[in-house]
Amino acid sequence: MNTATALKSEVTWQTLCSKADLVAHSGVAAWLDGTDTQVALLYLPGRTPEAYAVDNHDPFSNANVIARGIVGDIKGEPVIASPLYKQHFRLSDGVCVEDESVRLHTWEIKIDGDDVMIRA
Amino acid sequence: MSMPTSPNAPRLIIIGNGMVGHHLVEQLIACGAPRDYAITVFGEERHIAYDRVHLSEYFSGRDADSLALASADDYAAHGIDLRLHDTVTAIDRNANEVVTECDRHPYDRLVLATGSYPFVPPIPGNDREKCLVYRTLDDLDAIREAAEDATTGVVVGGGLLGLEAANALRGLNLDTAVVEFAPRLMPMQVDAEGGALLREKIEALGVQVLTDRATQHIEAGETSFHRMVFQDDKMLETDLIVFSAGIRPRDQLARDCALEIGERGGVVIDDRCLTSDPAILAVGEVALWNQSIFGLVAPGYQMAKVAAATLTEGNATFTGADMSTKLKLLGVDVGAIGDAHGDRTPGARTFRYLDEIKQEYRKLVVSSDGKKLLGAMLVGDNATYDTLMQYYANGLALPEDPASLILPSSEGAPTLGPDALPDTATLCSCHNVTKGDVCATLDAGALDLASVKSETRASTGCGGCAALLKSVVDHELAARGVEVDQSICEHFAHTRQELYSLVRVEGIKTFSELIEKHGTTAGHGLGSSSAPKLGSSSAPRLGCDICKPAVASILAACFNEPITDAAHVPLQDTNDTFMANMQKNGTYSVVPRIPGGEITPEKLIVLGEVGKKYGLYTKITGGQRVDLFGAQLHQLPDIWGELIVAGFETGHAYGKATRTVKSCVGSTWCRYGVQDSVGMAIRLEERYKGLRSPHKLKFAVSGCTRECAEAQSKDVGVIATEHGWNLYVCGNGGMRPRHAELFATDLDDAQLIRIIDRFLMFYIRTADRLQRTSVWRENLEGGLDYLKDVVLDDSLGLADELEAQMQHVIDTYECEWANTLSNPEKLKRFRTFVNDSRPDPDIIATEERGQLRPA
Ligand SMILES: Cc1cc2nc3c(=O)[nH]c(=O)nc-3n(C[C@H](O)[C@H](O)[C@H](O)COP(=O)(O)OP(=O)(O)OC[C@H]3O[C@@H](n4cnc5c(N)ncnc54)[C@H](O)[C@@H]3O)c2cc1C
Ligand code: SF4
Ligand code: FES
Repeated sequence: MNTATALKSEVTWQTLCSKADLVAHSGVAAWLDGTDTQVALLYLPGRTPEAYAVDNHDPFSNANVIARGIVGDIKGEPVIASPLYKQHFRLSDGVCVEDESVRLHTWEIKIDGDDVMIRA
Repeated sequence: MSMPTSPNAPRLIIIGNGMVGHHLVEQLIACGAPRDYAITVFGEERHIAYDRVHLSEYFSGRDADSLALASADDYAAHGIDLRLHDTVTAIDRNANEVVTECDRHPYDRLVLATGSYPFVPPIPGNDREKCLVYRTLDDLDAIREAAEDATTGVVVGGGLLGLEAANALRGLNLDTAVVEFAPRLMPMQVDAEGGALLREKIEALGVQVLTDRATQHIEAGETSFHRMVFQDDKMLETDLIVFSAGIRPRDQLARDCALEIGERGGVVIDDRCLTSDPAILAVGEVALWNQSIFGLVAPGYQMAKVAAATLTEGNATFTGADMSTKLKLLGVDVGAIGDAHGDRTPGARTFRYLDEIKQEYRKLVVSSDGKKLLGAMLVGDNATYDTLMQYYANGLALPEDPASLILPSSEGAPTLGPDALPDTATLCSCHNVTKGDVCATLDAGALDLASVKSETRASTGCGGCAALLKSVVDHELAARGVEVDQSICEHFAHTRQELYSLVRVEGIKTFSELIEKHGTTAGHGLGSSSAPKLGSSSAPRLGCDICKPAVASILAACFNEPITDAAHVPLQDTNDTFMANMQKNGTYSVVPRIPGGEITPEKLIVLGEVGKKYGLYTKITGGQRVDLFGAQLHQLPDIWGELIVAGFETGHAYGKATRTVKSCVGSTWCRYGVQDSVGMAIRLEERYKGLRSPHKLKFAVSGCTRECAEAQSKDVGVIATEHGWNLYVCGNGGMRPRHAELFATDLDDAQLIRIIDRFLMFYIRTADRLQRTSVWRENLEGGLDYLKDVVLDDSLGLADELEAQMQHVIDTYECEWANTLSNPEKLKRFRTFVNDSRPDPDIIATEERGQLRPA
C-alpha cells in the first residue's frame, strides 16, 4: 500500500448486510450507513470478483433502480442493464457502455464469512 | 437537394400524380431533369401519389400515409411544383397551355399520366346513393362509410379487381355477392375449368357468385337499400353496390384537343411515348401502344422510364410488356402467364392438370414442338408460378416431359432453382431488375436482402417478385460464402427457434445448463477490437438482457416452473422478477386478473379499498382490468396478500404472456348477441392464463359481427356466428395496427379451443424473440395458407405434440403471486433495501385530479 491511500484513513471497511441478503446472479439495494446513498449489490458466485457494488441511482431515469436490472456480460466483461431504459453499465468501473461520459460510482466490496463488507 | 432550375428553363407539365406519373417524376430526378426543366405536376386527388396496387390494405390496417409513395417535401426538395387537388380541365394546344379550374399554365412539354377510371355500366339507377367504385382512397372511404349501416354488399364485375373489392366488402363484415355478366369469373385470365374451380373456392368462403347475370336496373329495395333486377326478372337485394366492371382510359383531355385516340379509347403513343403531338407524351393506363392498354403497374413504370429518356434526349424505347399476373384473390391463388388461353399462337398445345379434391387447376400452353412455354394458367396454387414464369420470360427449353412442371410435387416436379436462371432473367418486372443486376449489387458489397432492395428497388413495386428475389439473394449470398448471422446475441450462435428446440429436445431446464452446453465462448463475433477481459478465464459466461429473458420465456413455455425459483429469477426482466410493472420513477403498478372483464361488485370494492389503503393511482385499462399504480417494492407482498384473500390472481400484465381476453356482453344481455361471448372469454382466459410466449398475447371475444370487443385487432380474436365461432388470428393494435385474418369459421367450442391451442404453441415454437403474432405472420414463409396447413390440416404432423405441450402448461398453472407469498425465501426479494426498512425517500408524489402521481 502506498502512502497516498494510507493517508485516507477515514476510508474503512464496514459491514453492509449479510451474505444471505444477496441474490445469486442478480442484484439487491442497500443503504450506505450514515449517508443518503443507495448501493446496488451484484452477486456473481463462482467468479472473481464474486460481488460488485455500484450506485443504485440510474442517471438516465433519475430513479433508484439499478439493482433491479439484469446482470450479464459483454464480451466477457460483467455489466448490468438498467431496467428502465436498458443502458449497460460495466460493473468493474461503472462506465456506461452506450455513453462513456456517464459513470456510476463504484465501491470496493468483499464477502467475509457471512458479512458483506464495503470500503467507504 | 439539387441545383436550382434556370429561370428560362423550358416548362414541363405532368397531368396526373398516380403511380406512373410519380414514377416518371422519380425517373426525371434520377436523370437530373429538374435542372433542365421547370416541372409542375397536377393531381386531381387530395393525396400525393400512393400505392394503388396495395389499395385494399387500406381496409386491413394501413393508412394513407403508409401507402404514400413520397412526401410533398420530396417534391419540393427537387424544386418540383406539386399541385394536389387541382384538376386540369383542358389542354389548349394552340396556346401551349393547360387550363385548370381557375388558371392557365404554359408548357413546352406535356405528359398525360391520367390513368383510368372505373367503368360503370349504363344501368338505370346506377347513380343511386351507395352505388360506388373501387379505385381511390376516397372511394374506399366512401365504401367504409356506406358499409357502416349495411349488412349486405354486391360487387358488379367478377374480374380481378371485382374479386378484390368483394374481399374488401367481406372484410367489412358484409354478406357479399359477386355479379358477373360473363359465364365465369375472371374471364380474361382463366378458362371454363379454372373459372369453375375458382367459383367453388370463392363460394366456399361464403361469397355468393352469380354469373351470366346482366343487371337491367337498380331500384329502391324492400328489405335492403337497393334492389337489382336482372335480365330474367330475378332480383337481388343489397345495401350497397360496388361497380368493378373494368377500367377505361381517362383520355377526355386528349380527345378534346384532338390528339389521336384509339378506336376503343386510349391516347395513341409510339415507342418513345410520344402522342400524335410531339410536344405531348402519355404514359401509364391512359396510353395506347400497339393497340393495347396496359392495366398493370409494371408496364406503366417502363413507359415512365422511356418517357423520362425521351424528355432528356436519352435513348430508350417501349417494346411492349408482359401481362402475366400472379394474384391471391380472397385467399385463392390465381396465375396467368403469357398466352394463357392458348389462342394467340397457331399450333399451340396444352397440358392440363385438375385436382377436384385439393381444388387445384394448372394448364400449360406450349409450342407445337413442345420445346417452349407460351403460356400457363394456375388456379388454387401458385407454387409453380415463378418457375413457369422463368421458362416463359427467358425462353428456356422445357424439360423432356413438360407435364412434370404442373404435376403435384410428389411426382418430382423440377423447380427451377435460382442457379438455373440466366443472368438476363428478369426477376422484378416493375423495376426491370435482372438476376445479373442483383448479382452486381452483391458483388459491390451488398450483404442482405434489404440492401439489395434499396439498391435495385427490386420488389418495391407490386411485390409479386418478393419470394423469387429472396431465393436468388439467399442463394447468391450462400454461393459467395456469406453466412447470414441470425444469432440471438453474442452468447449464443443460435436463433430463438433453435434455442427452443435445443431446450425441448435435450430437456434442458436451466439457463446455466444451456449456456454451458450451447453458449459461445467470450469474444465471439462482433469483431472484438478490445481483447476480452475475463475476470477468470474459466468463468462461465453470464448471458445478457437479451438472451436471459428469451431463455426464461422458452423454459416457462416448455416446463412452466415458477419464474421466481432461484434458478430462473436472475433471468427475468425486472417486471417478471417482481411480478409488477415498473414505472418511470421505479415504483410498480399492479394488475390483478379479471377474466373476460367480468367482476363482482364485492371484488370491485376490494380493488377500491386496496387502492385507497396504499395510496395507489387507479386507472381502467384497455384490456378491461384495473391498474393500480405507485406501489413500492416492499409494498407488493402486502398488496397481493389482500388481493389473493379476496380471490384475485396475478394478471401477468408484467410478462410476455397471456394478457387479457376482452369481451363484449354478448347474448346474455345484448339484443344482437348470438353466443355467450363473456362465457367464452372467461373460458379462454382461464385456459391460457400464465402462458408465456415470445411477446404478449391479447385476445378478445365478440358476441356477434358488430364486433364490440374489437377482436380483429387481437392476436387471437373470436367472433360469434349463428353457428358457432369465427376465429381471427395475428391482429395487432398499437404502433403498427394490423387487422387479424379470418382463420377458421363456424367452429364449435371444442374445435375453437383445439385450434387456438395449436396456433399459440406453433407461434411460441417458431417466432423470434419479442415478435408479436402479427410480425411473425408477416414473416412466415408461405403466409396464412401455410399456417392453415399446419394448424388446421396438420401438414407437419405436429398437432398432437402442440396440443400436449399446451395441456402441460395448463395443467401446471399456478398463480405466481400465491406461490411467492407462501415462500419466505422468495419474499426476501421484495425489500426496497436489504439493510433498512425505510421506503425509498426519492419517490415523491403529488396530487392531480384527486389521485397521486409521480412528482
Ligand atoms: C384495387 C386495385 C388493385 C390493383 N392491383 C394491381 C396489381 O396487383 N398489380 C398491378 O400491376 N396493377 C394493379 N392495379 C393497377 C395499377 O394500380 C395501375 O396500373 C396503376 O395505378 C396505373 O398508374 P397510372 O399512373 O397510369 O394511373 P393512376 O394510378 O390511376 O393515376 C392517375 C392519376 O391521375 C389523376 N388525374 C386524372 N385526370 C386528371 C386531371 N385531369 N388532372 C389532374 N389529375 C388527373 C387521377 O386522379 C389519378 O390520381 C390495381 C389497381 C387497383 C385499383
Ligand atoms: S358484438 Fe354483438 S353481441 Fe357483442 S355487444 Fe356488440 S352487438 Fe352486442
Ligand atoms: S415485379 Fe413488381 S415489385 Fe418486382
